[in-house]
Amino acid sequence: MSQPEAHPSHGSHSEPGFLRKYVFSIDHKIIGIQYGYTSLAFMLFGFFLMGIMRWQIAHPGEAVPLIGNFLQTVFKDAAINGVVSPDLYNMFGAMHGTIMVFLAVVPVLTGAFGNYLVPIQVGASDMAFPRLNMMSYQFYLFGGIVMLASFFIPGGPAQSGWTSYPPLSLIVPTDGQTYWLVGMVFIITSSLLGSVNIITTIVQLRAPGMTWLRLPFFIWTEFVAAFLLLLAFPPLEAAGLLQLVDKLTGSSMFLPTGLAVSGAAAHAAGGGSPILWQHLFWFLAHPEVYVLILPAMGIVAEIIANNIRKPLWGYKSMVYASLALGFLSVLVWAHHMYLTGMGTVIATFFQTTTMMVSVPSVIILTCLLISLWGGSIRFNTPMLFALTFLPMFAIGGLTGLPLGFSASDLHLHDTYYVIGHFHYVVAPGTIFAVFGGIYYWYPKMTGRFMNEFWGKVHFWGSLIFMNVIFMPMLSQGMAGMLRRMSDGGINYALSHTGAEGSLPNMIMEMNRVILWGAIGLAIVQIPFILNVFISMRKGVKVANDNPWDATTLEWQTETPPWVYNFRKEPVVHRGPYEYSVPGFSRDFTPQTEPDNVGAKH
Amino acid sequence: MDIPYTSKVRPDTGLYNGKLGVWLFLASEVMLFGGLFSAYTYLRIGAPPDTWPHGWMNVTLGTINTVLLALSAITTLLAWAALKTKQFGRYKLFGLLTILLACAFLGIKSYEYRDKLTHYQVQLNDGRVADGHLVENNKDADYILLRGHYAANATELLDGRAKGHPAHEELKIARADIKSLKNYGPALNNFLAIYFSITGLHAIHILGGIIVFAYLWGPGSKMWFTAPARFTNRVETAGLFWHFVDLVWIFVFPLFYLT
Repeated sequence: MSQPEAHPSHGSHSEPGFLRKYVFSIDHKIIGIQYGYTSLAFMLFGFFLMGIMRWQIAHPGEAVPLIGNFLQTVFKDAAINGVVSPDLYNMFGAMHGTIMVFLAVVPVLTGAFGNYLVPIQVGASDMAFPRLNMMSYQFYLFGGIVMLASFFIPGGPAQSGWTSYPPLSLIVPTDGQTYWLVGMVFIITSSLLGSVNIITTIVQLRAPGMTWLRLPFFIWTEFVAAFLLLLAFPPLEAAGLLQLVDKLTGSSMFLPTGLAVSGAAAHAAGGGSPILWQHLFWFLAHPEVYVLILPAMGIVAEIIANNIRKPLWGYKSMVYASLALGFLSVLVWAHHMYLTGMGTVIATFFQTTTMMVSVPSVIILTCLLISLWGGSIRFNTPMLFALTFLPMFAIGGLTGLPLGFSASDLHLHDTYYVIGHFHYVVAPGTIFAVFGGIYYWYPKMTGRFMNEFWGKVHFWGSLIFMNVIFMPMLSQGMAGMLRRMSDGGINYALSHTGAEGSLPNMIMEMNRVILWGAIGLAIVQIPFILNVFISMRKGVKVANDNPWDATTLEWQTETPPWVYNFRKEPVVHRGPYEYSVPGFSRDFTPQTEPDNVGAKH
Repeated sequence: MDIPYTSKVRPDTGLYNGKLGVWLFLASEVMLFGGLFSAYTYLRIGAPPDTWPHGWMNVTLGTINTVLLALSAITTLLAWAALKTKQFGRYKLFGLLTILLACAFLGIKSYEYRDKLTHYQVQLNDGRVADGHLVENNKDADYILLRGHYAANATELLDGRAKGHPAHEELKIARADIKSLKNYGPALNNFLAIYFSITGLHAIHILGGIIVFAYLWGPGSKMWFTAPARFTNRVETAGLFWHFVDLVWIFVFPLFYLT
């Protein structure tokens, strides 16, 4: 790995220019913030796509209010008179999933929080490969731009689900899928560079005294998540390249013999296998779930430890559990494929590993829960988000059990139950952790607090509306409502009125409830967005560099941190969560505090 | 303030940053090619009976390429060893040899690609198949010229081992007799599709290696006079990558050529 002179600006005291400082920066903090803004913008965009889809589901065939004309201008035949056509619905569905997973949530966790916090928390002056870090952001941005550009090509973006299952993805005669594949190759390259950097930084650049079991739990989760990205993403890249070859050269590695499209034989040599794609896809996409959840658990652990004012209960168990989680997560992928006719023996293997992978998740959650016991809890906004993560992730996890068992999964597969399940994990789970993390580290990044009142409005609103959105989906799914129906299932319900297995009115009515939930969720994000920008200038200033009275290293340097983080290399003397240690005058003992100084009365 | 351990080894891990970085990168590459070789296995096992070709590749050319890469692995190692013993001239020599061997590999590979892409299977209306290299395909003429031979059907062409080469002659085929005309590209069957995918990606890696070695041989080698330890590390990490690329070929060769 060639790495030219680490910091060209090092040693020179001249201030770097605007481009070097903010656009082509090699400072991990700036890159982290770049990742943060970009991924949150993508998250908002993915959420807008969803809003339009929820309108179509609740009011099938009715023109989308406010932006109907705009849709027609951009998508032409796919949005005549502003009505969302099934094709457009498929495009938005595919892009919502792709954007949320690959361009929003993973980059915000590993790109934004990972970049900003990993070097500071291990006591390093920057990432191990600063230029690679810059390239990683640029690859990500470029991949994102390719994805967005596909909205404006004739035929629109990819429309075969975020999973891009062939044969569908190969027989749709537009270029959207090609853009999707090219975009993914860039995103995967970006995550490869990012994870090499994160792992090398954690292994090589730990400050003196920062032993493995003195690392904050967040660092452990980033470490495991980086390994998952490093090792599980490449098979999807392989699959993406093969699909690109299929798409561009007319080969048929994913197309079976005897494929007919619209009643006519397809022009393909055949002999390929759509199931092959599913294996390669889910070999990434299941570990990806743990990339989505592990750093979120890390953020939550940091916030909780700080706000209960006592050590985390079972820190070591949590570390080992996160390692076990990483290892087991690559052995469960085929539980997404019970319906492919894989046979009971293989299904049994994968449902066993699936049950096993829930054990370490439960260990981590239980440790966090027990940690609360006897703490003097501070209920500030970050803590509210972190606390809420626990029950919300628990709902997400527990609703996953019936999906992990092949027998019950056959009924629930591809229904709204699945949607409800994984959105509980990712939306009020991971995204709440992200919100909590933003409120928690904002004072370190800017030197000012975010507004507490509007933070609580944001929190309570989000909590209520998230549940209004996702709780009904569990019922809809159990009633048999399938996902990916552009009319929300109304045609199915009408054509089977009264018949066994039809969708009752109550289930269909929930579509409108969910729409209102989505509108409400959009409204309560406004105070958050304003809060982020207004607090930069008007927020309450922090009284000192460690406003939350925290122990980890990022709070032991100036605010915002100096360009190379620490004026003097920190030396670590203790574990990450030494709160309320008997014998010390303060209720927190920073990791940098030597044994003999300070506090022994 | 420089990043620590860019040239020195961190005592407790025994590594400098670049070395750990390149090993992690290679771990990821193992999974990338692992995914592709798994796909190869899956397609081959899942192929319907009598559809997977054998002996379609030129074993002689494949063997020559294998030898070229094996030699280049030795020259990279010698180049690095030369730097370790402070013989910059020797480094320049072996570095150049590595680049030349890699270029020769790519040359042979492109010849093989060209050979496949100009090789056609012509399905005739009477059920027979004409197989050979296209000599003339003038759109205005009502015939095409092919240098090859006739076979009873496409299945007969699947096994290229042992049969010896049927006599090749110039075949003049009337367009009216042609049902379909396909070259030995990825679209012909999955053997060729996965062959072009894997060897294509491998060739891109070879090209990447050439670029890195050329940089370290040319402009990048100035670093030898300012930071020799760090420059030696760079050559070592580039060499690690190169050995991995060679190793991939060790799997490619039997899976596609000796099958």
